[in-house]
Amino acid sequence: MSWKRARLLLMALSLVPLLWYGQQLLDNRLGANPIEAVIRASGRWSLYLLLATLAVTPLLRLFHLKPLGSFRRPLGVACFGYGLLHLLLYVGVDQFFDGAAIWKDILKRPFITMGVATLLLMLPLALTSNNAMVRQLGGRRWKRLHRLIYLIAPMALLHLYWLTKADYRFAYQMTVLVALLLGYRVLHLARGHFVGNQGGKSVT
Amino acid sequence: MANKSWQADLKDRDVTDPQLYLNRRRFIKGSAASVAALTLGASPTWASPSPTGKPLQHDKNAAFAPDEALTPYQDVSDYCNFYELGTGKGDPAKHAHWLRSDPWSVTIEGEVAKPGTLSLEALLKPHPLEERIYRLRCVEAWSMVVPWLGFPLADLLKRFEPTSRAKYVAFETLYDPTTLKGQKHDIIHWPYAEGLRMDEAMNPLSLMAVGLYGHALPNQNGAPLRLVVPWKYGFKSIKSIVTIRLTEEQPPTAWNRHAPQEYGFYANVNPDVDHPRWSQAKERRIGEFFKRKTLPFNGYGDYVAGLYQGMDLSVHF
Repeated sequence: MSWKRARLLLMALSLVPLLWYGQQLLDNRLGANPIEAVIRASGRWSLYLLLATLAVTPLLRLFHLKPLGSFRRPLGVACFGYGLLHLLLYVGVDQFFDGAAIWKDILKRPFITMGVATLLLMLPLALTSNNAMVRQLGGRRWKRLHRLIYLIAPMALLHLYWLTKADYRFAYQMTVLVALLLGYRVLHLARGHFVGNQGGKSVT
Repeated sequence: MANKSWQADLKDRDVTDPQLYLNRRRFIKGSAASVAALTLGASPTWASPSPTGKPLQHDKNAAFAPDEALTPYQDVSDYCNFYELGTGKGDPAKHAHWLRSDPWSVTIEGEVAKPGTLSLEALLKPHPLEERIYRLRCVEAWSMVVPWLGFPLADLLKRFEPTSRAKYVAFETLYDPTTLKGQKHDIIHWPYAEGLRMDEAMNPLSLMAVGLYGHALPNQNGAPLRLVVPWKYGFKSIKSIVTIRLTEEQPPTAWNRHAPQEYGFYANVNPDVDHPRWSQAKERRIGEFFKRKTLPFNGYGDYVAGLYQGMDLSVHF
């Protein structure tokens, strides 16, 4: 299979959770509180896809699979897609577009504040994830912008920690994975691989 | 203490916003059922199961039969918080077999003239069961309407003759990490503990429940014996009780210990006092799409508001 076809397959696969949950919802298989279930699922899948996006660089370097780099943007866009769905479900279905209640939530509840901020920060990345925008911004500026992901990932984790009631196991697992993926980059940097980088390689 | 004016629960309909009441609609369930009927024909996979527990003899208490739609048995028994059986909402039903609820015994100790450990049968024997339909409001802002089978906690406590020093009642859930595998994880302080002030415990609303929907409690709902205090958030309604201790001092409670800034000892349902991380003004009744307004004391103010006269319930939340 060519890399291009693999990439198309990946894009199709990223829709599977959406379709699966849509089907479960119609079949009434999401338990007694389907609204809570879909809000949680969309957030969880956004996080999984964030991890997948961050995993591309280490994988392609460790296994010398340069074409894997083309998986990064579709994964990032899918991550944003589930995140946006997560927000829209909160706004539309949980709060039912009650602007006052939502605004109060954003101001008063740190996990909501952090969730909204995380998604806002993802917006410029999603909007510039097409070839035209890469060309317009120029490679270096584009890459600098997309390093926001290193801020977005811990913010998403904070959102998860602050909404957790008591059982932190899932939050810990996600933190370990993010730490490994970011730690790989730090190690790489420390070993001088990127010293004197002239725009060819980058830490993305 | 005992509130003289408690009688028929006829005021619910006046309290509940009538428009909200009329507009209620079964959200996904109705639409899913019609979609299913249209496209696939009748399918047994989402037929609502009925109770599998032992049927229990009981009378219906007409004073506690509000004119509100009952939450289906399937939802009451599938959507639970019982961390000993897992922290996901569906885990308790899935892991219900972890709990061995028969045989069972309960210890009553502390400030009582007649302490002792009794088998469940001996404990229940003198108490005729009645059905009471109560609203249940979870601190997580969802709610249910549940037909419990039980008897007043006051009747139970009186049997053991509380001393004059008994100011509080402490309850504990079974602690057995070998079977209740959730207790292997240090999620909250085990065993799960809850408590009431003596006058709250003696209030006629406080119920010891052994069943729901006419049958014995499913394990995930706290078999074989649980507390139900409908004017408080659901976490006060401790499940699978093995110890009842009357004390002079306010007992520590599981959630209050875990996060005192989020979970108070009283935990009275109060739309005006937010949980630090979400608003308590509204709730989603399980099965409904739109949220409804939360009522002070979950709508049971007539019975219990007097217990808290002179207390600032934003401080004693």
